[in-house]
Amino acid sequence: MPHSPSSPRLTFGAAAIIAAVVAGSAAAFAYTAGWLSPQRLTPPKLVDALAPPGGPALGYRRNHAKGICFTGTFESNGKGAELSQAQAFKAGQYPVLGRFNLGTPNPQAPDGTVRVRGMGLQIATPNGEVWRTAMINAPVFPVATPEAFYQLLHAAGSKDPEAMKSFVAAHPEFASFGAWAGDGAWTASYAEEPYNGLNAFIFIDPSGTERAARWSLVPAAPAVTITQAELEKRGPDYLEKEITERVRQAPQRWTMNVVIANPGDATADPTKAWPADRRKIEVGTLVVQKIEAEADGSCRDVNFDPTVLPPGIRVSDDPFPAARSAAYARSYDLRTAESRYYPRTPASPKP
Amino acid sequence: MTSPGPRFTALQRLLHWLMAICIISMLFIGVGMVSTVMPKYVPLITTHKTLGMAILVLALLRLGVRFYSGAPALPADLPEPMKLAARLSHYLFYALMIAMPLLGWAMLSTADYPIVLLGGVRLPAILPRSDTLHTLFWAAHFYLAFAFFALILVHIAAALFHLLVRRDGVFEAMAPLNPTTPRD
Repeated sequence: MPHSPSSPRLTFGAAAIIAAVVAGSAAAFAYTAGWLSPQRLTPPKLVDALAPPGGPALGYRRNHAKGICFTGTFESNGKGAELSQAQAFKAGQYPVLGRFNLGTPNPQAPDGTVRVRGMGLQIATPNGEVWRTAMINAPVFPVATPEAFYQLLHAAGSKDPEAMKSFVAAHPEFASFGAWAGDGAWTASYAEEPYNGLNAFIFIDPSGTERAARWSLVPAAPAVTITQAELEKRGPDYLEKEITERVRQAPQRWTMNVVIANPGDATADPTKAWPADRRKIEVGTLVVQKIEAEADGSCRDVNFDPTVLPPGIRVSDDPFPAARSAAYARSYDLRTAESRYYPRTPASPKP
Repeated sequence: MTSPGPRFTALQRLLHWLMAICIISMLFIGVGMVSTVMPKYVPLITTHKTLGMAILVLALLRLGVRFYSGAPALPADLPEPMKLAARLSHYLFYALMIAMPLLGWAMLSTADYPIVLLGGVRLPAILPRSDTLHTLFWAAHFYLAFAFFALILVHIAAALFHLLVRRDGVFEAMAPLNPTTPRD
């Protein structure tokens, strides 16, 4: 059995080995954590870049901060079951909750100042699967990579009038989104907007075959276009009043379409729509039955993380769902830590 | 709790080195995933959750084995402060190995995230949604991770000190392979 020598001595060699092992391990850890890579795009950097000049609205989502909750059902017609094993595609009715929102970090932004509208949606099925998605009304995404999105946020927030021009010049892929944003075809209702998933996901069918797909919600309500100026005249919170009243009168519906990519279609670039002749399947109908103020609503505490997916859907090589998941988690962690700043009503669920 | 032998049992040594790999991987995955927005974020998160559950199971098993098999006695001539540090560090390791997965699980539960592991295994929530608790568990999980890594560095330094300087058999007690014939 080994025993200790009478006088243990710290030799230079032993000290050097111990120091090297400890320092090397600490350095590897620091590198992995990004402390040695100030240029790395981290979730905090991405989320901080969303903040308006006066700083973020504490207690709110860091983007799409203004919104209103809804509940309803997803009526699946069963046609999606050949594409994905997810229970949501089996014929049946499944409870949903969601959130209509504006693409702005300012929860008080007047409705007529925000072109991008969105919908967060959660479909839960009886077997415990949960599918969350956050979609917008634009037909394409403005940029092709999270890094370009970060640059766009900086350009859009810059005081330099040339910043946006040089961004657009350097990012020709921005043109499709830019054309949509400037087309002037506003509506005066959340119910008249389409909501497009934009990101490509992989659908896994019952035999295990995988296909790239995107989904969209197409409104049953016909779109009545109005000018931006007219919408502004109707008041800063017109959309929330309008959707509350409209749903009170009748449930509002959207058809969910799944579009399947052909082999070779780019799946990693949400700035590019796939050609119009791609196979499109109507898989069901979203029925919005009840509107709830956000402060009291079931959507308030939900992070509509686009990587929360049921078996039968997984992320593709599209880089955005991962980046959004990382940023949404950061936003969620911040706003839950700041929940005392969020104006709750007495009926609100406890924090 | 003290076994008569000079070494930990083979099962204890296996658990130690297996968990060493798991826990060090876990800490690197953790700091890596929260500092990236790249596509690897998604598989890293899933791996982190899965590995966390594996570590929880292994830690509980190891705690049971430790109660059953005990630990070799520390060298009699080890200074008292070092003996105290050795014992204290073991308590800290067990506490962190068990608490960290539970804190992570609680942090996800209180945020109402579905908890899905590799292979689609779903875990139930262990607590209801709560902003206050989520914030508390998030902070505890985050800061204790750095404390855990610091503890591991101290542990490695101490192990090497026993191996290279004191040469007192403490390192050999947990060495993965049978040591060569003991020195005189």
